[in-house]
Amino acid sequence: MSYKDEWVDICSKEDLVPNSGICALVTGEQVAIFYFPDNDTLYAINNFDPFGKVHVLSRGMVGDLNGVPMVSSPLYKQHFNLKTGQCLEDEDVSVESYGVRIKDDRVEVNLTGE
Amino acid sequence: MSTKQTLVVIGNGMVGHNFLENIAESDIADKYQIVTFCEEELLAYDRVHLSEYFDGKTAADLSLVKPNFFEENNITVHIGDKAIEIDRENKQVISEKGQTIAYDKLVLAMGSSAFVPPIPGNDRENCIAYRTIDDLDDMMAAAKTAKVGAVVGGGLLGLEAAKALQNLGLKTYVVQFDSRLMSAQLDDGGAALLAEKIEDIGVSVLLDKNTTDISDGDKCMHKMSFSDGTELETDMILYSAGIRPRDELGSACGLDIAPRGGVVINNQCLTSDPDIYAIGECASWQEQTFGLVAPGYAMARAVVDQLADGDTLFTGADMSTKLKLNGVDVASIGDPHATTPGALVYTYQNGVDGIYKRLVVDKDSKYLLGAVLVGDAEDYPTLLQYYLNGIELPDNPDSLILPSRGDAPAGLGPDALPDSAQICSCFDITKGDLCASIEGGCTTLGALKDDTKAATGCGGCAALVKSVLDCELEKAGIEVNTDICEHFPYTRQDLYNLVMVEEIKSFTDLLKLHGTGQGCEICKQTIGSILASYWNEYVLEEDHVSVQDTNDAFLANMQKDGTYSVVPRMAGGEVTPDGLIAVGQVAKKYGLYTKLTGGQRVDLFGARLDQLPSIWKELIDAGFESGHAYGKSLRTVKSCVGSTWCRFGVDDSVGLAIELENRYKGLRSPHKIKFAVSGCTRECAEAQSKDIGIIAVEGGWNLYVCGNGGMKPRHGDLFATNLDKETLIKYIDRVLTFYVQTADRMQRTSVWMDNMEGGLDYLRSVVIDDKLGLCDQLEDQMQRVVDTYQCEWKTTIEDESKVKRFRHFVNSDKHDENIIFIEERGQIRPANIEERQLLLAEKVS
Repeated sequence: MSYKDEWVDICSKEDLVPNSGICALVTGEQVAIFYFPDNDTLYAINNFDPFGKVHVLSRGMVGDLNGVPMVSSPLYKQHFNLKTGQCLEDEDVSVESYGVRIKDDRVEVNLTGE
Repeated sequence: MSTKQTLVVIGNGMVGHNFLENIAESDIADKYQIVTFCEEELLAYDRVHLSEYFDGKTAADLSLVKPNFFEENNITVHIGDKAIEIDRENKQVISEKGQTIAYDKLVLAMGSSAFVPPIPGNDRENCIAYRTIDDLDDMMAAAKTAKVGAVVGGGLLGLEAAKALQNLGLKTYVVQFDSRLMSAQLDDGGAALLAEKIEDIGVSVLLDKNTTDISDGDKCMHKMSFSDGTELETDMILYSAGIRPRDELGSACGLDIAPRGGVVINNQCLTSDPDIYAIGECASWQEQTFGLVAPGYAMARAVVDQLADGDTLFTGADMSTKLKLNGVDVASIGDPHATTPGALVYTYQNGVDGIYKRLVVDKDSKYLLGAVLVGDAEDYPTLLQYYLNGIELPDNPDSLILPSRGDAPAGLGPDALPDSAQICSCFDITKGDLCASIEGGCTTLGALKDDTKAATGCGGCAALVKSVLDCELEKAGIEVNTDICEHFPYTRQDLYNLVMVEEIKSFTDLLKLHGTGQGCEICKQTIGSILASYWNEYVLEEDHVSVQDTNDAFLANMQKDGTYSVVPRMAGGEVTPDGLIAVGQVAKKYGLYTKLTGGQRVDLFGARLDQLPSIWKELIDAGFESGHAYGKSLRTVKSCVGSTWCRFGVDDSVGLAIELENRYKGLRSPHKIKFAVSGCTRECAEAQSKDIGIIAVEGGWNLYVCGNGGMKPRHGDLFATNLDKETLIKYIDRVLTFYVQTADRMQRTSVWMDNMEGGLDYLRSVVIDDKLGLCDQLEDQMQRVVDTYQCEWKTTIEDESKVKRFRHFVNSDKHDENIIFIEERGQIRPANIEERQLLLAEKVS
């Protein structure tokens, strides 16, 4: 598979919710995509909450803690680093993080993480 | 073989019960098999607040006995059985119902009885002693037909009884034998001003009246004849002319009795029998009996310590007292009559504002011996500390009672107090106790009260406790960080004020102007809530949607499996059959789990995110609207069926509940708010366990505030009585807006109240007396919220762009296939993790 083919088209930029998350289905995986319009940054991590064991992270509130962009689980409020998927409260817990970009006003996700 | 000794306690009044609580908490609880006799049918209740029975408090409210107290502590209690004999030779107690209990140690706590003056005719119909809950029931029964009432006795309790009679609608007289009211506590000047103030509220005060006879009246049931030849006609007579120690059991078994009554005790509270103690009002210590609870509690503590081989002694008690009597502040300290040889007196009298203050100092004007304050008792805590701790007075002691003209700070800072200074007399908490607790990490007023119990009795010391706290924190250099989070160096109240004053309408604007970073779930949720409380804009508006907490973001309650529950509003718990059918049809169509809530409505569980808009469309078409079960906002106004149907109902509780729920629905607040309305004092709606509780009484509505159930239940405080509906709504508007403006995030009204300096009295002064001049603003703000109400679900389903957010996948119409239900008792429940894995594996294979 070539590098180019690994980016999967998801939706239009208009479908993003500023300072909030949406969820996409990418080859069977649930991917949570977060949009920070202030610095025009996107993050993508797996939608699965490893504490509550259900697919809800896209519905968490986002922000930053000590400068680290994060999402807070809507269930039990643990924080996950949006860049790496690392849980900030428990170093043994993390979720997958993925590549995400906007190309020609379309949102694209790359599950290999580039 | 049991080595337990038997300890018998005669009397389950305030002091007797306090003794039991003390011993149950002590290390020696296991050493004794405890048996107690309670002559009344009711276990210990709060006699200090007896008059609140007339304001709608029930016998249960006044009870001092925690549920299961006797069972949990393995104490045998004989209710409604009176000890009638102490057999000291065989060391046993014999009761009226024939019980014979052998004792190793015996504690007498029989209390006292009301003194009924020996006047011919004193036992006529409707001549009642004012002492027990039974007496109060008799009073209320008599008041149904009586028009005029007279209270014999102008002491503390007599004046309270007079107020109760007046509230029952009787023309009320106070008949005092002495030449002044409250003769033990007040001097002539103070008593005269008090009498004037009592007359002002419509109670007639008759002084120097020695009643010689009670006979048939001409216009009323009775005629009281006085020794000066005058007469008074009245339908009811209450005796409140002092108390007499209940020492008859003691005298019958040969214990020493004091000349003026009371079982004689020494500093160890031991009677003349080394196995028998006496405590409280039945005991006489150095020829004094004590008619207050604090000395009784001190005796109880001393006896528990004696039994544990400790050396705590009872060495007398301070009889200083401060109270609000019929709206008049009255306080008395130490030796108000200046009977100490050489005592000097300062007085300040202000006829315009109705204030009288008297200081009694020693011959060198160095130490305070006593004081009287009428009309303004704000100096009481300071003066009391001077008195109790023997603190040297300033050069001009009168500066302590003269009005401050702005330059002379007369107050005594907590720093000047020794560690031994008693701050809370109800629970005997010293300044040292408070300091230890503060050092241990209790750095808020609420935590300090919780830890030490200080200011949780009568509450009179709350301001002093707060100032000790502030002073200690400042001394320790502890800066309490009240910042809401790293993004905003402000408290919730600061943020609310910023929003209000600078008219800020979005989180982004507030962050730009006053914050740093991107925010987090703490500040976003808090500010989202503040904006919604103040501006009441649609919460899913683009500016607001990203700062809504989990549940608000999708207007439903997220459950553990990521599905939601749905709650349509049923104001007051009223629902038509068609409405109920419609709800049932929606639940059936979507296969939802259905359960009734504690707030009298129906909760539908198991809705997927993508199903929420269509579920709500159907509910709204059937006439329902959002129940705001997802919001930190007004939830429900629970009600009993009220006078419309109930044989006992006094007023239409359902009607009022619906009106209130529709008025306040959607109000966003620091935490959830629950109401209830009961149609009579049977209280079937459990209003006293709610943030706002309303109970119908004959004279209107009684309003309770700041109660809650949950983890730490708290009964609401009776805030105002006999309100008409218009006033009731005004008060609720003001209380709620004041709460919304000043509470911390996630702070229920109960904790808000517990942390409020000045507590209930302060809240009353803001809401009823408009001390801060805020009432108009508070009402306007509430009216704005009421006027801008919208059903958020209706707004949502009418806007296609908002409905879009409820898709599970932005790029697929599939729904989350990991949501799996199992059937149980005919309905769905979420599959647990093992079940889910099993079922998903089957699906794949």
